[in-house]
This record gives sequence, C-alpha cells and structure tokens, in this order.
Amino acid sequence: MLTKRIVPCLDVHNRVVTKGVKFQNNVEIGDPIEMAVAYSDGGCDELVFYDITASAERRPIDIEMVRDVAKAVQIPFAVGGGISELADMYRVLDAGAEKVSVNSLAVRSPQIIADGAKAFGSQCIVLGMDPVAHNDRERFPSGYEVTTQGFRTRTGMDALEWARRAEGLGVGEIVVNSVDADGTRDGFELTLTGMIAREVRIPVVASGGAGTPQHLADVFLKARADAAIIASMVHTGDYTIAVIKQELDQAGVPIRRHW
Amino acid sequence: MIAIIDYRAGNLTSVRLAFDKLNILSEITRDPARIRAAERVVFPGDGAAGSAMANLDELELRDVITEVSADRPFLGICVGTQIILDYSQENGGVPCLGLLPGTVERFQTADPFTKIPQMGWNAVAPVCPHPLFAGIEPGSEFYFIHSYYPAPTSPDHVLARTDYADVAFASVVGRDNLAATQFHPERSGRIGLQLLKNFAEWDGVC
Repeated sequence: MLTKRIVPCLDVHNRVVTKGVKFQNNVEIGDPIEMAVAYSDGGCDELVFYDITASAERRPIDIEMVRDVAKAVQIPFAVGGGISELADMYRVLDAGAEKVSVNSLAVRSPQIIADGAKAFGSQCIVLGMDPVAHNDRERFPSGYEVTTQGFRTRTGMDALEWARRAEGLGVGEIVVNSVDADGTRDGFELTLTGMIAREVRIPVVASGGAGTPQHLADVFLKARADAAIIASMVHTGDYTIAVIKQELDQAGVPIRRHW
Repeated sequence: MIAIIDYRAGNLTSVRLAFDKLNILSEITRDPARIRAAERVVFPGDGAAGSAMANLDELELRDVITEVSADRPFLGICVGTQIILDYSQENGGVPCLGLLPGTVERFQTADPFTKIPQMGWNAVAPVCPHPLFAGIEPGSEFYFIHSYYPAPTSPDHVLARTDYADVAFASVVGRDNLAATQFHPERSGRIGLQLLKNFAEWDGVC
C-alpha cells in the first residue's frame, strides 16, 4: 500500500532555516543541510525547501544549497522560491532536486506549468498555493482565494478553480498551504484540502498548521491528503518523526516503517 | 567502474551522487566505448517512454545497450526499466528494446483518491531470493513515481511485487545478469543505497 508522506519544510533565508507565524516574524532555527540530514535519518519521507525571500527580492534561488542537499540526503526533495523561468527550473532539477515548486510565477504566467511539465515531466512540477478563506461565495465559490508572495498579494482567483486549472496544465502535485493556519499549530485546514483532494487526480499535499500527530491523522484520514508538510512541531523538538509515525500507525494511517 | 547511461532522460545526478556516497566509482556517459568498458551498467530514466526511445535512437545507443545487457550486471531504473520490455502503452504505444518479454501497462482506477501517478513510498515484496535484496528486510518501502508499470510475460521474470491501484505489479523484474526496478533506489534512503551497493557487488549470477 502506498504510504502517506511526512514532509518537513525548511524555509531558508540566506542559508539559514527560519520559521514564522502566518508568514511573518521569522526566527532563525538552524543549518539547512544539518537539518535535512537529521530529518532524513529520522525517517521523514521527503523534504521541501523554500527560499522564502528569493521571490520577493527578485533574486535567483541558492543553487549551491540545492547541490549540497542533494549530496547530503538520498530522499526526494522539492525546492521552491525564486523560480522565474524555465531555465531556473532546469538549474534546480539539474542540481539534484526531485521537484520544483512554483507559486507566484504560476499565477502570473500559468503557461510555465505546461512548459515545465513538457520539458521535465509532470512529476517534477509542483504547484504551491497560498489560499485564504474568503466569505464572498460569488467571487470565490470554494470559499478560498489564492494569495501570493506570502499573503502580500491577493489574486482574485478561486483556490479550487486554480487547482483544477493547474492540473489541466500538467502540474504533478499540489501543495495547499493555508495562510490562515500557517505556523499556528492549531491543525491543518481540512475543508479546502479535502475539496481539492477529491477534485483532482494528482497527489495533494497539506501544509500549514501542523501541531500534533493527531492533526496529521486528521488531514490524512478526513481530508484524504497524500502528504503533509510539517515545520514548527519538529523544528522546536517537541516531536520526532518517529513519534509522529508511531501515532499515525496507531490511528490506522499507512506510513513508511523502514528507513 | 559503473557506467550510468546518459540519454537525456531525466536527472542522472542523483544516481551518481548515491554511488559517490557509497564510495563506488561511477560515470555518467553516452559514449558507447565507455559503456562497453564498464564492469556494470545502470540504465536510469525519468519521463516518458516515447521520448526515451527517441533519444536512444538519436544517440545511437540501442546496440550498445543490447550488447552490455547480455553480458554484465545491468540495472534498469524507472523508465529505464520500462523500456527494456517489448512494448509500452505510453504515448499511444511505443515499441521498446525487447530485452525482456512483456509490456508496460497504465494503472487503471475508478477511485478518485488513488492518484495517478503513484508518487511516494510503497512496500516491495521479493518473490524469490536475489543478490540485489541482500540485507534488505522484505516489505521495505522504496520511492516510486510512475503512471505505468512493467508486466513481464513470464512470471519467472518477476523478482518483486508491489500493490497499487488494485494490481500487484512487478516492481522489480529481471533475468540472469539483468535486474530492473520500477522504483528509484537512488532516492530511497539508506535501504535504496543498500540495493545499489548490492548491485555494485553483484557478479551477475542469481
């Protein structure tokens, strides 16, 4: 049986891992390579790195860091932030990343998804989206609007509609990163995640709000997410991957047992 | 020396880095002479069968692959595994290398939550002992990313099975000196490294 993936997220700024709440007030946590090795050895199933300020500062992603991660760990990892053209995707994948994640760029130029999928294969292209709850159901039938650049820009796009469209363009996976839940450790956003998981035929990754193993069990069993991104709960040392997996196993979630 | 065949099919860096980690000499190459000179050959791949086959023809690598697959330890990975069979359903149907009798089929499912491609870690159950599995606990999970799977004609060519989308598909296939995994050992952590180490030590007899 395919197991559910647990994916620590490392938000990197100037080669230091940081973590904020609702995309703000980031504090420094540690060295990205050391953390990647520790999580990989600890049994995480995949990793994701976001160069969190690359996009806002309009500078390219830190390719040397991507190379160093690829040397250090033998599990799949995705990289996002600072991707502005096809050549950037190539550089990230060539440096050893398994997947490249686009967010603001895809909103600005959706064609990049199709171009990336054609050039490198759908499995390499991840759509990250930062939805926020919105009451205007006429404009946003799903109840969620897509934002970009860490909530700084609203797009006027409905989140579910965007997911469907990105799937049609050939994206291989969708990360639903709830702005409302990010860093709160109050649990994942289950409604929209579940809605998208039911609608699209590609894997859906829940992100934002993980605080306890029960939160992961909920997003796997109730929202039927294929993978879940975690950050604060492991960055702080409150939980290890092994403890999380043990509790998920007891809750009936299929997890990877050998590492 | 292990030759990693470069036919512009996806990222080969991770295969190379995995051997580096094991302190095993490997080389990414598309030079037939270098491939012939290697003791062992890895035939990796990502992406689609159609473009993989087109690249092999364009780079004129078909003959050397057929040749080395017959006489030394040879490891296919992912699309490199699929195209050693006779025929793939992908891209409207693609004739492949025919090094192992059989076809490549697409996962079929009516369940909206069974995602295609299969992406992630799934258990691999060997159906027979094989040097490639030495020191690996049966049922260990490996990393998969694929929509199509190998279906060898002979059950004798199935080395391990994995359950997905209501099929117990052949996740490792092979015969004699040839072995091929649908999963990515180079992305399967410590256990994947063990499999690559086993390959590097394998004399091609099973």
